[in-house]
Amino acid sequence: MSEVPLHHILFVSTALFFIGMYGFFTRRNMITMLMAIELMLNSVNINFIAFNKYLFPEKMDGIFFTIFIIAIAAAEAAVAIAIIINLYRSHKSIDVEEASEMKY
Amino acid sequence: MQMTASQIIFYLISAFILGAGLLAVTTLKVFRAAIWLLFSLIGIAALYFWMEVEFIAAVQVIVYVGGIVVLIIFSIFLTQHAGTAMDKPATMRTIAAAIAALLGFALTWMLIQQYGFQASGKTFEWSMQTIGTQMLGTGENGFALPFEAVSMLLLSAMVGCIVIAIKSKKERDE
Repeated sequence: MSEVPLHHILFVSTALFFIGMYGFFTRRNMITMLMAIELMLNSVNINFIAFNKYLFPEKMDGIFFTIFIIAIAAAEAAVAIAIIINLYRSHKSIDVEEASEMKY
Repeated sequence: MQMTASQIIFYLISAFILGAGLLAVTTLKVFRAAIWLLFSLIGIAALYFWMEVEFIAAVQVIVYVGGIVVLIIFSIFLTQHAGTAMDKPATMRTIAAAIAALLGFALTWMLIQQYGFQASGKTFEWSMQTIGTQMLGTGENGFALPFEAVSMLLLSAMVGCIVIAIKSKKERDE
C-alpha cells in the first residue's frame, strides 16, 4: 500500500485531467464534451482522496469534498442533458458550432 | 527492484483508467465513447478500492456508473444516430489541443515533482459512523451547512431540469 509513492497517483490524476481537457478542446458534439468534463471532475476526486490518505490520514475532509463534488457533478450532468435535449428539439442538432444563437 | 502485488495492481488499474479515458475522448462513435467512459469510471472505482476507501468506491459505482453514464446513454439514444461515426475533428484543432494538453501536463507534472510531497506515514482511518456523524454535525468539523446547501442545489437542479426539458403546450400541438 505505502510502497506506491503519492506522486504516482498524482501522475494518474493529472494525466486524466489533461486527457479530459484534450477531449473538451477537440470534440464538437455536446454529449462527448460532457463526457470529457466528467473525466476532469473524476481526476479531481482522485486527488482529494489521495491527499487525504497520504498527507492528512487523521482527518476525513477529502472524503467529504469528494462526496459533495460527486453530488454536484450529478446535478450538473442532469441540467446539461436537459439543455442538450431542449436544444436538439429546437435545432435538430447538438453540435456546438451550429448552436450560435441561443434564443430558446 | 522487486514489485509487490499491490504495486502491480496499482499500475494495472492506472493503465486501464488512462487507456479507457484516452479512447473515450478519441473514438469517433459516440456510443463507444460512452462505453469507454463507463470503463474508465469503473477503473476509478477500483482505484478507490485499492486505496481502501470503500465507501467512496461504492458511491462512485452507484452515482457515476449507475446514474450519470446511464443518463448519458439515454440522451445519446434521444439525440444521435448511435451507429454512425462523427466527423473527424479538424487537424489543426487536434494538434493545437494536443500541444495545449501536453504543455499543461508537463508544467503540472514538473510542479508536482519539485514539491515532493512527504507522506505522513500514519495509517488512514475512517469509518462509516464518523462520516455519518460528521456529515450532519453542527459543531466543529461538522458539515451540516454544506449538506443542506447541496440538498437545496439538487432540488433546484431537478426542478430546473424539468422546466428546461418539458414541452410547452404550443410545441405539443404542432
